[in-house]
Amino acid sequence: MELTREEESALKGEQGETMQMAYRILVATGEATDAEKLIPIEWTHLSGVNYNTIGDAGEEFLSSISKDARVKVKTTLNPMGFDIDNVSNYGLDENFISKQLSIKNSYETMGVTPSFSCIPYEIYDIPKNGTQVAFAESNAAIHANSYDDLKTNKESAFSALASALTGKSPNSSIRKEDTPNVTINMKIKNPNELSYGMLGFFAGKVGDTSVNISGLSNMDNRQQKAMCGGMGTSGTCAKFIFGDGDSDCEKIDFDEKELQNVHDELNTAENGDIITLGSPQLGLEEITELTQKLKGRSFKKRCMVFTPRTVKVQMQKLGYTNQLERAGCEILSDCCTCLTPLINKDNVDAVTTNSIKGAFYLKNSNKVDVNLKPLSQIIEDETK
Amino acid sequence: MNKVLVAGKINGTVLKSKDSINFLGTVDKKTGIISDKNHDLYDKSLKNSILVFPSGIGSSVGAYTIYSIKSNDAAPLAMICQKADLTVATGCALANIPLIIISDEEFSSLENGMKISLDTENSNPIVHQ
Repeated sequence: MELTREEESALKGEQGETMQMAYRILVATGEATDAEKLIPIEWTHLSGVNYNTIGDAGEEFLSSISKDARVKVKTTLNPMGFDIDNVSNYGLDENFISKQLSIKNSYETMGVTPSFSCIPYEIYDIPKNGTQVAFAESNAAIHANSYDDLKTNKESAFSALASALTGKSPNSSIRKEDTPNVTINMKIKNPNELSYGMLGFFAGKVGDTSVNISGLSNMDNRQQKAMCGGMGTSGTCAKFIFGDGDSDCEKIDFDEKELQNVHDELNTAENGDIITLGSPQLGLEEITELTQKLKGRSFKKRCMVFTPRTVKVQMQKLGYTNQLERAGCEILSDCCTCLTPLINKDNVDAVTTNSIKGAFYLKNSNKVDVNLKPLSQIIEDETK
Repeated sequence: MNKVLVAGKINGTVLKSKDSINFLGTVDKKTGIISDKNHDLYDKSLKNSILVFPSGIGSSVGAYTIYSIKSNDAAPLAMICQKADLTVATGCALANIPLIIISDEEFSSLENGMKISLDTENSNPIVHQ
């Protein structure tokens, strides 16, 4: 990768240790993605916020660089471990809370917008077509490339941070023309959001940096998010393109057998002790729909609903919070199902969810069993 | 064709794994010892080795684990992979651990216990001692 004179000087350490570190990360990312130069980006979205995922080393690292590191472009942030408004209800230990607050403080000191959301594409205005961004949250990177006409790598926590501190990212192949060599044909009839989550999970395993998908009907917002979440979980794939692709593309069917395989890999229980909705977090559209579906009904067991803080404020004004709480929902902002410390295998054996992404992390990181159902089925089975 | 992801120069002994490594799940953050019983390098420490393995896999947060073992003085001296991935690339870049990607042929020629010198500035970066 070719660097300008100024970039070379930063890499040599002439602009301080933090910039040297950032450029070292960008150079490694560029070499790994076959980029020829660095280009400006307009928006970064960072992962590496939840203390459960980054641990003491991460907390100390962020605390140390925040003394002089400042972001150069608009930078938003993934969910953390809890909602400060109701954390006292969940019995988290003091150490977790203080380390999490230190992480929050470090990001804010660096000038990061404390959005604590994994759906930046839903709570912020989308810049004009073709805008270069750097999103580390995998479902958001895939959504940005596939639905929002933005361009991003499926960044790592560090590559997105380096882009935030420099305002630049390598001009990798995914940012230019990319032609997938695999086409997946969606053959499931009457798919719901769970089927699309499984399709995404399957596609992420077979695709490299991008993949064609044919046979898709009109998808609603929930189904689109489910597909991006599933794909981001299973592989390195950063984009899907709607259509058959070139004639020489390898063709792979996604039919009942493939769907069943994903189901068998992630569904480990017939029933859950609690329900989680929101992985990715629910936006206002899904919250509105959920409120309507739950009119006159209430959950027979705990149901945790994860949503960004901006949506939590809006839904309060609209009266949805009261209605959902009356229906037995616990509304949580700033955090998400993935690696949440609020679900502990000491108290919970199994969780019911409609999220493939949520299922994967609940199973592998929280070590609880998972019962997968689409939202319509959850409401039918679990409310009265 | 070699690809230098993080530059550096170092002498050391090869610790080779046939299995890919998920740094988040299987490497102890403080000791650099592999804790996964099913892994090729189970119970071995990565400390001060030249770690040779196919590729990093799993969560991007594994980059923080690489940084952590470096902070705890338990990291490899260098890493050599067959395939580039952003988790290992950025983890090594942040921790300043030299990292190169080599051909399948060269990968097969490296064996456990070999003493090698790695110099990423050199057109032939790996020299057997």
